[in-house]
Amino acid sequence: MSSLTLTLRQEPEQRLDLSRLTPQKLATLAISDIEKIELAGGKNPVTVGDCFLVSGTDVDSITFEGGSRRLDNIGAEMSGGSIRVVGDAGARLARRMTAGSIIVEGSVGPFAASQMLDGRVEVMGDAGDFTGGPIAGEMRGMCGGTLIVRGRAGDRLGDRMRRGMIVVLGGCGDYAGSRMIAGTIVIAGGSGHLPGYLMRRGSILLDRAPQSISPSFVESGPWFSAFASLLERHLIRDEIVDYPFLGEGPRRFVGDNAVHGKGELIVASNAPDMP
Amino acid sequence: MQKLSANGVIIDDTFAEAFGMRATAIIITAPSREWALEAARSMTGFATSVIGCGCEAGIDVELAPEETPDGRPGVRVMVFAVSTSELQKQLLNRVGQCVLTSPGSACYAGLEGTEPLKLGSAMRYFGDGWQISKKIGGRHFWRLPVMDGEFVCEATTGLTKQAVGGGNLLLLAHGGAEALAASELAVEAMRKVPGVIMPFPGGIVRSGSKIGSKYKSMVASTNDAYAPVLRAQVASALDADINAVLEIVIDGETSEAVAAAMAAGLKAVVELGPERGARRVSAGNYGGKLGKFQYHLKDLLP
Repeated sequence: MSSLTLTLRQEPEQRLDLSRLTPQKLATLAISDIEKIELAGGKNPVTVGDCFLVSGTDVDSITFEGGSRRLDNIGAEMSGGSIRVVGDAGARLARRMTAGSIIVEGSVGPFAASQMLDGRVEVMGDAGDFTGGPIAGEMRGMCGGTLIVRGRAGDRLGDRMRRGMIVVLGGCGDYAGSRMIAGTIVIAGGSGHLPGYLMRRGSILLDRAPQSISPSFVESGPWFSAFASLLERHLIRDEIVDYPFLGEGPRRFVGDNAVHGKGELIVASNAPDMP
Repeated sequence: MQKLSANGVIIDDTFAEAFGMRATAIIITAPSREWALEAARSMTGFATSVIGCGCEAGIDVELAPEETPDGRPGVRVMVFAVSTSELQKQLLNRVGQCVLTSPGSACYAGLEGTEPLKLGSAMRYFGDGWQISKKIGGRHFWRLPVMDGEFVCEATTGLTKQAVGGGNLLLLAHGGAEALAASELAVEAMRKVPGVIMPFPGGIVRSGSKIGSKYKSMVASTNDAYAPVLRAQVASALDADINAVLEIVIDGETSEAVAAAMAAGLKAVVELGPERGARRVSAGNYGGKLGKFQYHLKDLLP
């Protein structure tokens, strides 16, 4: 069986909510019915068939050919199978996803992996603000699984993150790991101001010094732990990074002491001088 | 009994009788091979027999840095016990007193198993609130602050109910030196088999036992049939030319591992020959009534 392929006919005129197009939600539908699914998102009612050319039959593996920043909620609440987006995706990619894998070859909008529970999401391009974060009013951001952003992530990366791992390879904006509850964020390529702002627990690992560190973080000296190589080896084995980026005895800062204070910022030992 | 022989070594037509056990394994790593071994030896000390030690434990294999989770030299240690609860208790006591305490150590699951045994998830309380939980790639680790850095310990390891304890070989020789030479070679060969441990000192036991005793308080006592000094006083199993007997006890992750280890040991003993090593090889059993597993020597010959 060939994977179900949804080829975008043209740039949509309005935002489209694609949360109904996951392997699980399509599993019980005939292929002909897929085209009739209504897509919410804008003022005009549109169906899958209006926006996409549908081909292929294997709904366990879905491909979106031609992406757009208006394609929201791709892979939302997905619980298995795989989705590939050949192009960009919009907001809330993989929100509340519980299993499976998503690859986006382009860039994605804000709130990617919001409240994600498990599974693996890889974005080859950039990600917007609040990646891995909660939507306004929610208490928790990402709760598990792995998110890899090979490009740059925006501000407030991993906001209120509870568990899981985010790896960003092209740097990120300000306040990475803000209000973080726990979990692991790896940032290669530099980060903006005040990473770990109001973080309670959790780890933020940086391959270079951030633009600034909050004075409510306190340096705890060089960090020697088998955990550093455990993590690096995992990332290398999973082909997420290709070298041990922390170096020997990275610097460790604990905070944010404005709140619980059990989080950590770990900065590679060979990083240029801190600001 | 028909006498079977290989390279001049008489092989008794008998079998080793072994029992089902619960087992687990962990991987201990350290900054150097020496310190990984130090922690492992400490943890597996006083673990020769479940009767008096609560468990039987030993080093299965040494692991090169690239084979361990954190890229440091390591060893795989196996622990065997008669019940899950005793295995759990022994594992935590031993890791807590011997691995946590050893400089630079870290401790990981060494067995997938059918159900989990607590490891770091119980040890974490040593962190007094400063312990850090980390999940990487579906595995859960605890980081405990200690005086030389952090003790990293996987939350759980696996338990197997397929383990076998009590595989054995009895090596009968003309003198003590020959018995020891044969035993040492056999243990060396068995150590190359993955998934087995030989829990006695150097893998060898000289005080083989029989069940029961003339003393009511003793459940087991000296195996008089194989004690050369009693040859003239009891129904001895020894011929006139046998003056020393040593036993190798094998615990394995699976029955196949025990059989492979016994075969490897037997091969080494046969190759050494009767003059420099064992003149006769036998095995311990209880008439086949007690143990679930039987390993017939004639089936294991090279």
